[in-house]
This record gives sequence, C-alpha cells and structure tokens, in this order.
Amino acid sequence: MDGIHDLGGKHGHGHVRQESSEPAFHARWEAAVFAMVNAAAASGAFKNTDRFRHAIERIDPVAYLSHGYYGRWLGGVETLLVEAGLITTDEISRKALEHGADASDLIAARPGLVPDPQGDPPVNSMSDRSLNRPARYKPGDLVRTATVVQSGHTRLPAYARGKIGQVIDVHGGWVYPDTNAHGRGEQPQHLYTVAFTGSELFPAPIDAADDQPESSQDQNIRVCLDLFEPYLTPATSGARL
Amino acid sequence: MSNHEHEHQQPPQAIRAEALESLLIEKGLLTPDAIDEVIIRYGERVGPLNGARLVAKAWCDPVFRQQLLEDGTSAVADFNFEGGQVEKLVVVANTEQIHNVVVCTLCSCYPWAVLGLPPKWYKDPAYRSRIVREPRVLLAEMGLALAPDIEIRVWDSSAEIRYMVLPLQPGESVGEDEAQLVERVTRDSMIGVAVL
Repeated sequence: MDGIHDLGGKHGHGHVRQESSEPAFHARWEAAVFAMVNAAAASGAFKNTDRFRHAIERIDPVAYLSHGYYGRWLGGVETLLVEAGLITTDEISRKALEHGADASDLIAARPGLVPDPQGDPPVNSMSDRSLNRPARYKPGDLVRTATVVQSGHTRLPAYARGKIGQVIDVHGGWVYPDTNAHGRGEQPQHLYTVAFTGSELFPAPIDAADDQPESSQDQNIRVCLDLFEPYLTPATSGARL
Repeated sequence: MSNHEHEHQQPPQAIRAEALESLLIEKGLLTPDAIDEVIIRYGERVGPLNGARLVAKAWCDPVFRQQLLEDGTSAVADFNFEGGQVEKLVVVANTEQIHNVVVCTLCSCYPWAVLGLPPKWYKDPAYRSRIVREPRVLLAEMGLALAPDIEIRVWDSSAEIRYMVLPLQPGESVGEDEAQLVERVTRDSMIGVAVL
C-alpha cells in the first residue's frame, strides 16, 4: 500500500536526533506495549508478523508520525485485538477516559469493518520454505521492479518501484508477506537481494543545482533490497554494478 | 505507576497503552509479570554486547570471520542468542573502499538478537527516509564523514533477512585480546553510522 509508513526517500523529515546512553525503553508503557503485542499473538489475535506489520501500516497516518514507535505498535495491536473480537474499541476508549485521556485524543487504531480472514497458522516459526520450482534469476541478472502495488501489504518500497537493479544474492523460498498478511496463505516465493545504484533510485532533477546537497549525483552509492520474485521481471539493459 | 500523578505530562498514546494494559489484565489476556520480563530481557540480557562479541571474535579468528561473512546464521548459532528477529543473519564487512550501513525504510526491522532493540533514531522518519537517498550527507550529519571515493552500500531490510555491519578493526587495537576488543565495539559501528 502507498502508506505513510513507506518513508524511503521522502523529503522533509529533518535531522536525526541521537541520544547518548539510551535505555531500551523510555517509559514503562513502551515495555507494556511490547508485552501486549506478545500477549495478542499468544491469544491468537494475529498469526504472523506480516499481519502485525500491516496493522501498523493501517493506523491513522498522523498518529504514525506523531505517536512514536511503540505508539505505532499500540495502534497496530489494538486494531488486531478488536478485529479478532477479543476487545472492543468502546471498551478501550472508556478505560482510557478513566485513565485520564481526553475525549479528543487521536486514536491510532483503525480496525476494519470486515477484517481479512485469519488464514492458517504458520507452518513453523521460521519464514524460509523449500520450493520445488527453480529460481528464475541468478546473481548477475538484471531485473526491473514492478511499477504498481495493490492496496494491501507489500515489501516493495515506493522508492524502488519501476527501477532496474542487479541480483547479487539468492535466498531460496520465503513466506510471501503480500498474501500472508491477509490470511491468503504463505505462498512462498524465491527471495533475492537486488542492488541498485543511487542514481537509478533517485535520478538528479533536471534543474539540479551544482551545490545541491543531495546525493543524486553521487556515483558511489549502492542500495540493496531483499525482493520477492513476483516483484521482478527480467531487464535486458541497465547500469551494471 | 500512578496514573493521576502523571496524567498531565503523559502523551495520549501512553494513557491509552495503560488503559489497554488494564483491560487485557482484567480479561486475563496479559499478566503484569510479562511486562517485567520484557524490561529485564531487553534491558539486561539482549543488547549490542552480543554483536560486539561476534565482531571481536571475527577480528581475532580468520576462520570465524570467514564463516560469519559467508553464513552468518550458522556462525552465530552456537552463541544461542535470544531476542528474536533474526531468521537469517547476513554480516557485511567494511573495507577501506566500501562502507556498509543498515536501515529498514518500511518499518524498523533490526537484528535484535545481536544488537538488542534499535535506538529511537533508527525507527524515526528522518533516518528511514534519508539514509537511502542521501547516505553520505546524512552520515556526515551524524558525525561520520566519508570520502567521496568510498562506496556506500545501504542495506534496506525489506524481508526477514537481518543485516549487521562488521566494522574495520582500529589499527591501534591490533594485538589486544578478545575481551579488550569487545569493549571497543559500539552499537552504531555495527549499524554502520559510525566507524571505530
């Protein structure tokens, strides 16, 4: 989906703010969210990580940017708990008001009216799966990434769509997030590491100033992504690395 | 923790988290112990010290180094690290010509078992948006100025493979034993936003 979570290459997010001696959790509620995500998985609210990632992608986009990492997890887990019928949004909201929340507070969770089916539980806890069909690509092959994505979960970021890169590693079959997140099965696919030049992913604008601080003219950048076979088609020409 | 003392300073997501926590405890879906376990596990047992041990061993032991770079998953299996989030570990080595740096632009995937939970900046939009587009500029802002002739390789963790950087060993540390070397290895050097 073309969601707020797909941040690669976006402008306007400012400077990285590093902390010294950062604790694992900045407040107890963050650890509580972590534990609640584990508890939700244990109680069957979601059966795989792909589904949890997609629940986070579906939270309110303003909350996505303003509630922080564990705020995003909270929105995701609340969505899944409600969709699984384990709690209701009204129950949480009532409880939140008791705890001092304001009725106008932004609620991150966005449970669907008709949630995806849960699908089968994972075959095992790992995501690699043996495939009896051969990999279509080998290291050195040039590939072009898909230009369009569906509205659901995918692991092909917007900045790497419609781009030509070179396969640098093959990883065998892996559970396909695009179906697994939606209860449509694991449908394992061959997984590849594909390397792209920086200028392929982010071409220099036509009116680029010589002193532009961006790296679009930097010939010495490679970006590598792990991409599933359905995202790729063969490319016949393009920049070899 | 008293809610009433803090309610005016608490961000809305913190209040809602506490509300959900008490609701799940009422419904028997969560025990308070589970929260303490998470705090102890990631505060004390799982952290970048695990990755530092791998780096120090790789600096001292060429056979282990080769194994770590060729098949990181099996190379670390004997260490029995807990912490999750690493089904397949790929370790990428910095050289005099190539500098590696790790990100997850779509969420915040990170090799928990070897580096612990990621720092806040790793999960924030600024890092995730910029490191794939202008890595040299951003790394310089973060205190790591790399010469233009050094190739930067950015690893965007878009599937279940997790990446860790094997930093270059500082010249002055050659001859030190593994325990001393472990002390030198920083979390940021294994993400690739710093060198040693």
